[in-house]
Amino acid sequence: MSTESTPVPKGSPSRPEILTGSGAILRSLELLGITDVFGLPGGAIMPFYDELMSSKGIRHILVRHEQGAGHAAEGYASSSNRVGVAIATSGPGATNLVTAIADAHMDSVPLIAITGQVFSTSMGTDAFQEVDIVGITMPITKHSFLVTRPEDIPATIAAAYHIATTGRPGPVLVDVTKDCQQNSAPFVWPPKVDLPGYRPVTKAHGKQIQAAAQLLAEAKRPVFYVGGGVIRAQASPELLELAELVGAPVVTTLMARGAFPDSNRLNLGMPGMHGTVPAVLAIQESDLLISLGARFDDRVTGKPSEFAPHAKVIHVDIDPAEISKIRLADVPIVGDAKDVIADLTVAFRDALTSTTPDLTEWWVRLDSLRAQFPLGYDEPDDGLLSPQYVIERIGQITGPEAVYAAGVGQHQMWAAQFIKYERPNAWLNSGGAGTMGYGLPAAMGAKVAEPDRTVWAIDGDGCFQMTNQELATCTINRIPIKVAIINNSSLGMVRQWQTLFYDGRHSFTDLNTGHDTVMIPDFVKMADAYGALGIRVTKKEDVDAAIRLANETNDRPVVIDFIVSRDSMVWPMVPQGVGNSSVQYAREHAPEWEEE
Amino acid sequence: MTHVLSLLVEDKPGLLTRVAGLFARRGFNIESLAVGPSEIDGLSRITVVVDVEELPLEQVTKQLNKLVNVIKIVELDPSQTVEREHMLIKVRVDNSTRSQILEAATLFRARIVDVATDALVIEVTGDTAKVQALLKVLEPYGIKEIAQSGLLAIGRGGKSITERVFKN
Repeated sequence: MSTESTPVPKGSPSRPEILTGSGAILRSLELLGITDVFGLPGGAIMPFYDELMSSKGIRHILVRHEQGAGHAAEGYASSSNRVGVAIATSGPGATNLVTAIADAHMDSVPLIAITGQVFSTSMGTDAFQEVDIVGITMPITKHSFLVTRPEDIPATIAAAYHIATTGRPGPVLVDVTKDCQQNSAPFVWPPKVDLPGYRPVTKAHGKQIQAAAQLLAEAKRPVFYVGGGVIRAQASPELLELAELVGAPVVTTLMARGAFPDSNRLNLGMPGMHGTVPAVLAIQESDLLISLGARFDDRVTGKPSEFAPHAKVIHVDIDPAEISKIRLADVPIVGDAKDVIADLTVAFRDALTSTTPDLTEWWVRLDSLRAQFPLGYDEPDDGLLSPQYVIERIGQITGPEAVYAAGVGQHQMWAAQFIKYERPNAWLNSGGAGTMGYGLPAAMGAKVAEPDRTVWAIDGDGCFQMTNQELATCTINRIPIKVAIINNSSLGMVRQWQTLFYDGRHSFTDLNTGHDTVMIPDFVKMADAYGALGIRVTKKEDVDAAIRLANETNDRPVVIDFIVSRDSMVWPMVPQGVGNSSVQYAREHAPEWEEE
Repeated sequence: MTHVLSLLVEDKPGLLTRVAGLFARRGFNIESLAVGPSEIDGLSRITVVVDVEELPLEQVTKQLNKLVNVIKIVELDPSQTVEREHMLIKVRVDNSTRSQILEAATLFRARIVDVATDALVIEVTGDTAKVQALLKVLEPYGIKEIAQSGLLAIGRGGKSITERVFKN
């Protein structure tokens, strides 16, 4: 017997469908085009999870810790320019998201965090698993909502999406009470989103663009100081055109690695505390900084009063609050980097008719710095693997189409320095917040967003131990990421500072995971326990084979335990609290620079 | 340097926390705060008095502007602004002092709003200087309690902040 299936009317404009609050959340997410979410259920979010179970449009990845959901959503967003979604229950579920929310806030990652809340009638009574997560996250979200009525769900989810993804992107938290999830209301879509106080400026003033183009045409030593905003704005093609047209050097901050191809002759590398000498000194000697989506972070500027002392500043940012926050801008431009750079290119072409900039002398200086101070490293004296070599080989063998997510510390800096990035969204890291443990779950999220790309987590032995439970998530959900543990048996960056600034007193930085220790835990056994392929590499000649095996293994995650020297340090380095002209190429080796 | 900010905000739960939080984050002390409905339904007006230098104030103003529920912020120029405070003062009285206190209240155009055998409640409205002057006069008699509003301020002339916001 066959039955004709009757299409079920999905509600008409005159009589909207009645949905529970939970159903409305799910339907809103689907209508917004969300296809993947990361989360972990609990009491106060159970009605929503009941709906989620039958969703056909949305893939839910069950994480092992809510922080993993948050970073996975970040990695998902940062690798694909889509919005990341993380879901948690009330109380500890919600507070476990806090670190990831703060991280997304610092690095302008579009993230929607949906949390369950206790019944509205129990709020404020210290109910089981009750915390004021809206209150807790107020300073670390772009905006947040508490929803208690199901009829408010569509407009709230739509507003959250709009706020998270437009202007300067950022995290938005939506806290939904359990009764709101259970009760029903008509589902109206598209909802009326009324945000009278939210109007991001994207198109810049023509007058400011003209002024910037004029400065650019007159500059003798211009530098494009490129920040993560260029990646968020997807403005790399526009930047390439402008930079080529002007012929000026480009430096890409930690957040902007890949915004401009490393192979381009104009690229001087990364500025800042561990930047290249040419990038750092180019800024110091510059007469015009064109800051694009960068925020003059202290790790870039060093002592702000001594940063780029001779430069005028054109500051382009979509967030007016960033302009002149640290350094007074001579030409402030509020707007979307993509539009502003395109406008600037046109204006610069027009300005060219009156002046022709000659940057030959500037390039003579920069090329001599490049020749004299290339990025490099010494082989360790202890005969152990060089961490820089391992990371460099991962990049060389895997190539620029892959995604590289790092934790925080020495390995992060080496991954920023020694992997060559040719495209935006290839490099993911926790730049502003410096969240150890970001790497592995972020790589997981990136692999979900970009399943056809090889995704490496470049992790440290310290970082790995903070979020490695997500290996289970990766194995079970067939998310075959590669994890390179740069195992120096210590909290390496802290140890480096102890070596340099605390008389070598290595206070509590030994992790006992590496060479000549008890090796607890044994990362290879751990990988095995999680159903991942575990490989240990101790010799230089085995590095390439292990990386190749990892790249070829796609039926499960791979963990490579690279046992590296603990004495390798990140160079160049500008010690904290001094001007960037004090950059040291290697220990006690400062380059000479031209003072005017 | 004291600055008076007038904020037009959406009347949403937690709004005051968001605004106050931004000042707290930078370590700025709010000298006075007055919140009430505005002339438009669903919008409130907050008048904030802060003592900060020009540059950090600009930063806080920009941060406040980023709050989704904040619609407009204007720093009011004292010479173009009417400013008022409102205070209720409970002052100790007895038969020997009552008439002197009543006289002082009259001089300040203050009103007596509650009378007891041992105390009076005086209501006074005015700029900060006037309110403080009355307090000083009453102090010797024994001030038992005061309740004071934050500073209220509004620009002189025909223009309104709301009109400017909703014109475009």
